[in-house]
Amino acid sequence: MAHAAEAHAAEAHAHRPQSFIWRYVFSKDHKVIGIQYYVTAMLMALVAGLLAMMVRLQLAWPDKTFPGLGRFLPDGYSDGVMNPEFYAMLFTMHGTIMVFFVLSTAPVSGFGNYLIPLQTGARDMAFPFLNGLSYWTFLCGCVTILASFFVSGGAAAAGWTAYPPLSALRNSIPGSQWGQTIWIVGMVFFIASFTMGGLNFLTTILNLRTKGLSLMRMPMTLWSMFLVAILGLLAFPALTAASLMLIFDRHFGTSFFLPSGLAVSGAPLLAADGSPLHSGGSPLLWQHLFWFLGHPEVYILMLPALGFTSDIIAVFSRKAIFGYKAMAGAMVAISALSFVVWGHHMFVSGMSPYLGMAFAVGTMLIAVPSAVKVFNWLATLWRSRIRFETPMLWALGVVSLFISGGLSGIWLGQSAVDIPLHDTYFVVAHFHLIMAGAALFGVFGATAYWFPKMFGRMMNDTLGKIHFWLTFVAYYCTFFPMHYIGIAGHVRRVYDPYQYQFLKGLQPINEFITVSAFVLGSAQVFFFINFFWSAFKGKKAGENPWQSNGLEWTCPSPPPHGNWPGEIPEVYRWPYDYSVPGAPTDHIAQTDPSPLGQRGEGH
Amino acid sequence: MSSAPTHALDQAGRPSSGGGGGPVLGPPGGGEGPTGGGSSLFGDAPRFGLWLFMGTASMLFIGFTSAYILRRASGDWRPLSAPSVLWLNTALLFSSSATLQGARRRLRGSDLPAAQAWLAFTGILGVSFVVGQVLAWRSLAAAGVFLSSNPHSSFFYLLTGVHVAHLLGGLVWFVADFVKVRRLAFTPGEDGLRLFATYWHFLAVLWAYLLFLLFVY
Amino acid sequence: MSKLQGLLFGLATLLLVALATYFFTKTWLPALVSDRGAIDSAMMVSLVVTGVVFIATNLALGWFAWRYQDAPGASAAYWHDSPRLEWTWTLVTAAIMLVFTFRALSLWAQVTAPAPADSFVVEVTGQQFAWNVRYPGKDGIFGRTDAKLVDSAALNFIGLDKTDPNAADDVLVQNQLVLPEGRPVRVRLRSIDVIHSFFLPDFRVKQDAMPGMTSETWFIPTKAGDYEIACAEHCGLGHYRMRGQVHVVAPAALDARIKETAGE
Repeated sequence: MAHAAEAHAAEAHAHRPQSFIWRYVFSKDHKVIGIQYYVTAMLMALVAGLLAMMVRLQLAWPDKTFPGLGRFLPDGYSDGVMNPEFYAMLFTMHGTIMVFFVLSTAPVSGFGNYLIPLQTGARDMAFPFLNGLSYWTFLCGCVTILASFFVSGGAAAAGWTAYPPLSALRNSIPGSQWGQTIWIVGMVFFIASFTMGGLNFLTTILNLRTKGLSLMRMPMTLWSMFLVAILGLLAFPALTAASLMLIFDRHFGTSFFLPSGLAVSGAPLLAADGSPLHSGGSPLLWQHLFWFLGHPEVYILMLPALGFTSDIIAVFSRKAIFGYKAMAGAMVAISALSFVVWGHHMFVSGMSPYLGMAFAVGTMLIAVPSAVKVFNWLATLWRSRIRFETPMLWALGVVSLFISGGLSGIWLGQSAVDIPLHDTYFVVAHFHLIMAGAALFGVFGATAYWFPKMFGRMMNDTLGKIHFWLTFVAYYCTFFPMHYIGIAGHVRRVYDPYQYQFLKGLQPINEFITVSAFVLGSAQVFFFINFFWSAFKGKKAGENPWQSNGLEWTCPSPPPHGNWPGEIPEVYRWPYDYSVPGAPTDHIAQTDPSPLGQRGEGH
Repeated sequence: MSSAPTHALDQAGRPSSGGGGGPVLGPPGGGEGPTGGGSSLFGDAPRFGLWLFMGTASMLFIGFTSAYILRRASGDWRPLSAPSVLWLNTALLFSSSATLQGARRRLRGSDLPAAQAWLAFTGILGVSFVVGQVLAWRSLAAAGVFLSSNPHSSFFYLLTGVHVAHLLGGLVWFVADFVKVRRLAFTPGEDGLRLFATYWHFLAVLWAYLLFLLFVY
Repeated sequence: MSKLQGLLFGLATLLLVALATYFFTKTWLPALVSDRGAIDSAMMVSLVVTGVVFIATNLALGWFAWRYQDAPGASAAYWHDSPRLEWTWTLVTAAIMLVFTFRALSLWAQVTAPAPADSFVVEVTGQQFAWNVRYPGKDGIFGRTDAKLVDSAALNFIGLDKTDPNAADDVLVQNQLVLPEGRPVRVRLRSIDVIHSFFLPDFRVKQDAMPGMTSETWFIPTKAGDYEIACAEHCGLGHYRMRGQVHVVAPAALDARIKETAGE
């Protein structure tokens, strides 16, 4: 008691009144920072989504003119017809912004920052200043990457994968003039920000858990953030290294990735004395380094959604997540295996076939822990008591997309079966369903679930459900048909597929996909309206509107600075004691010392 | 363990110079680590964070190493010989680690004037290292060996450049700690330079590794 | 309200399963014209196995969503562990994946095995934006190339060293590839600028043309006719129009047809 009084006194003393700028702009409070990340990511998503809409317009109707767009984007269109260089920029920047600036950010930096201290029982992250710095670094990255559209030659146009020599030779495509360099700078900002975040996440989760919160009592969300931080710290440096070498190849004449024997547009690349400008470099080296990051990166996108889904399903089915150890173990296995499968992006690259074999084995292995997660979710739902609030719909959507997208991975992992499918729309279907879809639905589910905690108000349920159904149906209508055209041979990144006879018949499907994509894009209006309206006018929410067990539901909504007004609570159990026989209610909070349910270390 | 009471953790472990609007961390001692839950395995938060950072920085150099090894396997590898100033620089850097240890010992023994002096030497040696590296680059350039001359020189400039960049970050940290020593802001008898020393020694070990990779391997 | 959502979700998964399955019967790979039928079989097996899993898990998901909705008086079962069940489904999945892996590896070994000694050899060099086909001619030896000798005005796109005696009988054609029916074909893949990918959809052939190295792939064309070459790696502005043609002809007609394409 004296302890608490001391605490309050200390708080009142150490805490000078803060101006708006220090409270809400340059804040060090993880909650403010989390929301800053989230809102920024959503705005970047708007940009990246619009880019995709233009790609879809071109693919469905390459022979139509769009004078309106032409007037609005004079550099991208000529007489209402899109320029091929603009098309290349569109798919490059759509991928780059979505993968890094939206889907690595909203679930991880957004929700991770917001939730980790609340779920670990800490006042804030371990390094609050670093946290604030990480957001502003991220914002620099956003500004840089968007600025790249306006430099000479336009934005990077070599694909989000930036394979050299296309990305290294400045005369190989207009976007490789300055756009690619700015791209690299933007990525370095992003990686620096993500690294700072990773340091914070891991230190907080491992060092600042409150009394009683052992690792085996953590909610799945926390497990996912823990693993994502490890993945990021171990994997991103490979891309940093590769990016530095790429900048050197581009501007300082080195040959990390550039071999000799090159001639662009009929002109051999020679130095003044007639010797080759480059020599001995290997484009394959870039691919190895890029995908060493790239594969763990896609799990960085996906794991938080898996964590959210488990937590949401437990709450809204009033039943403990089935097989806690297996679920945590599966995420650990997926994370570990993610480091030994990167070569499955390179099966047809001409690398040694023996490497291909090794990577195929790892890739097929990953299917096992992934399947375990699906079975465990199904077993959780069996004989449960489902409340179909909006968060639950999104969580079930994640399960559905995980099944669909995961199964097509089994096709692609068989290296020889990958031969006809590599670089076709089959791959585009695969990753949009499992990675983008799961991550996106995870973010929407997490938003619907934690919005009351973040803003002290409920989101509108009707708008939420309309948003879900439109998005769910339109998402499948947009991406599932891509399996079919991919099998038929529809290659990726083509400005006009109907130059090829064998693809001419696929235009109707492309049209269907485009229309679905526009429905999908338009459906997001419901989300934006719901989000902003509810933040100000939504029904007031109490401390725990969903009757959830989690630690984050034991503080006010929204939590004050320092999260808990009094002492930090102690934890006595895991967060999944729902419908425990003999308990007075159908949930027992983590902070409840009752002898019922799961107590004791690691259950 | 802890070097103390309620300071807001505003930067890897450095106590804030009086409430600059940092977040409040609750009851005394409650901010740096809870009393249970298995957290004490990893030391305090700033140290843990630093080890993580050194881990991720190591991954960067592992990435470069894999590129280096792969590139070496191609035919046109013509290794350059180490510019002689490099060995002097190495001595400077290792000496700075030694003087830093001296500063630490004296700080722990509350001999502040001596600690300051040893710390000053450390800084001078560190800056000299950077100057020496620049001289090494210039001597290579004077001999006609540039970044793009051959793969080995490319890696030499790249690796030494990235190392210097990390060292410059370390020098910024050095300045902050030096100021703290001067202002008597470290708790007497405490090993206040421990965290900085960990990073500084890491830079020396990293340098030794790079020398090995570039000129011995 | 709640009952409706569960019903909708159940119906949605049912609809997904029905439509997905139906459309897989409507589109598939192009008709096969090479010896790589094993790839087609493996893909079909993948479809069937993943299809069964897709249908089963989705039906379970949809059924549970509908069946276990909250209702007055309902309560959830307190059951969240079953080592026997978990081991079973884990081991069954692992066993299935092991079988898949073995089959995948042996198929890969087959496809990536060295080409037979009597293969018909041809070289394809990708460039922005055309396929440079080169036949070695009567001597069966490809002449020396050097990027320094690239001269598009002189139509020397691959830098052929005309002073090399072996180059004298090399036949260079752009975008037309003539192959013998029924005989193994060994394709040497190169690139003069950026990464391209040599994709023959009808033959189930795809391999990157990587600058700085020559890689190879081989196959047997089994049906005479005209087919397309597509580029399957983003290579610049003209990536979409890097279209070539493959003409598979009876071996007897091979030389004449090559001469014809070279003359065009």
